[in-house]
Amino acid sequence: MFKLLQKLKPHFEKDGKFHLFFPVFEMAETILFVLPSRTKKGAHIRDALDMKRFMFLVVIAATPAFLFGIFNVGYQYFLAAGINATFLDIVLKGLFIVLPIYITALVVGGLWEVLFAVVRKHEVNEGFLVSSFLIPMIVPPTIPLWQVAIATSFGIVIGKEVFGGVGMNIFNPALVSRAFLFFAYPKSISGDSVWTLFPEKVIDTYTTATPLAIISETHHGTVIDTLVTKGYTFWEMFIGIIPGSIGETSTLAIFLGAIMLLITGIASWRIMLSVFAGGIAISFLFNVLSPDASHIFAIPFHYHLVMGGFAFGAVFMATDPVSASATNTGKYIYGFLIGVIALLIRCLNPAYPEGMMLAILFMNLFAPLIDYFVLSSHKKRRLKRAAK
Amino acid sequence: MSNKKILVEPIIKNNPITIQVLGICSALAVTSQLKPSIVMGISVTVIIMFSNIIVSMIRQWIPKNIRIIVEMTVIATMVILVDQFLRAFMFDVSKQLSVFVGLIITNCIVLGRLEGFALHNKVMPSLFDGLGNGFGYALILIIIGGMRELFGSGKLLGIQIIPQWLYNVGYVDNGLLMLAPGAFFLLGLLVWLQRSITKQYEED
Repeated sequence: MFKLLQKLKPHFEKDGKFHLFFPVFEMAETILFVLPSRTKKGAHIRDALDMKRFMFLVVIAATPAFLFGIFNVGYQYFLAAGINATFLDIVLKGLFIVLPIYITALVVGGLWEVLFAVVRKHEVNEGFLVSSFLIPMIVPPTIPLWQVAIATSFGIVIGKEVFGGVGMNIFNPALVSRAFLFFAYPKSISGDSVWTLFPEKVIDTYTTATPLAIISETHHGTVIDTLVTKGYTFWEMFIGIIPGSIGETSTLAIFLGAIMLLITGIASWRIMLSVFAGGIAISFLFNVLSPDASHIFAIPFHYHLVMGGFAFGAVFMATDPVSASATNTGKYIYGFLIGVIALLIRCLNPAYPEGMMLAILFMNLFAPLIDYFVLSSHKKRRLKRAAK
Repeated sequence: MSNKKILVEPIIKNNPITIQVLGICSALAVTSQLKPSIVMGISVTVIIMFSNIIVSMIRQWIPKNIRIIVEMTVIATMVILVDQFLRAFMFDVSKQLSVFVGLIITNCIVLGRLEGFALHNKVMPSLFDGLGNGFGYALILIIIGGMRELFGSGKLLGIQIIPQWLYNVGYVDNGLLMLAPGAFFLLGLLVWLQRSITKQYEED
């Protein structure tokens, strides 16, 4: 294999026949082999963790949630159909639904990335692998594939390439894709009927409101009771056998990924911690303000953390090192405000049952500003000390 | 500069919207459908052209200190004329455009042309300059309005373009294009497209 690549290489280098496609070749080569490349000058210490590995680790960390998503999609399908299915049936059904979405996102994302790499004459960046892996996890299983394709294009081109590609984007491309779906095709991504794939016969009689939709409605009795009567207990929501976007239902699987991200040091623990801290703090405040036990404010904090996309956003979306704050103090502020804003939107705006996506995008926008203020206050403090 | 160059240059090469980035507000606000976009484009063209002519004619007599006031008076007169015309003959479109016809008075393109061109040039060049800038503005409005109406509601000028069978197999109109941010994205893509073709960048 290595020899074959070496033999092909001259064709792709300068003056070769396929020079235009050098980025494609380069991608294949560096994915398969580590190149014998050295730094030209300066420090000669290189981290073995290049961007390829970095992105790859994120994908591995997201895998438990992804696999659980496949299982859950199948499980919800057979639950809606009222059929007792074997584990294999469930997984096959889930694969049958999720894989096309993933492949669509991967192919479309890859095409754009290669196109821009060829036009701009840079290496193919593997960022699209992560975005394409995350996009299927944050859409409902009923999403039409052509919408996935358009949303992925939008996320990659508008969310990333217009800013200059991987590392320059100010927003998380996967979330930009989802926001695009949310505003362009609201029927495909909100409401009660999109979160479970229905067998055609029962489509009219069976609706599955997500827990978030249930708590937004008016109801009698305490919120928790309402959730339980609809079949959502805390532990079910924690494990994730509930309808929802494909990869974000299982807080358990997301935790596994979070542990991995933290051990390898890929994601910032400061951001994760402060997102949860922000969410918990604001839900305590809501608890205090809550007029009675049936109000949406009365939901205890641990329920908030397992519902909707909160955990997923905190672990995989908010920690994106490119679009988050870069300073340590800034990370605390950034994460805390994401948690706060997400629950503010969730509890105060009846039009948007879930606020995590908008909260993260909003704070992405403010991340550079936070960094700026952190740095300038740091400078001021040091100047003061120096003046003494 | 020849009159022809004055006329042609602002249409693409020095387009008031995509190159000078003026008049964005109305370009976002009225372009959700093609018809108001066309009417708006024509109105602004007429207003720029006639204001240019008038200001160019009286440019020798305008005292320098109060020239902005004089220019505004001219523009306001033109805007009122156009507004009354639309109300009289195209009432439904006028209702759709609502306040934005009146707001042409604040459109930077109009005042910009008066200040930048008509004040220092003879009548004929001013006429062509106004016409060219108006066409440049109208062109962008029509492109954006057409794309927004086509992909946002599947129609052009109110006539269904995207066939019903496409909806039956699952096609859905894009709701984002009906919102103002959708127009912003289109405008940005248009600017991107133009600059990557002309290779003209602003260096600072």
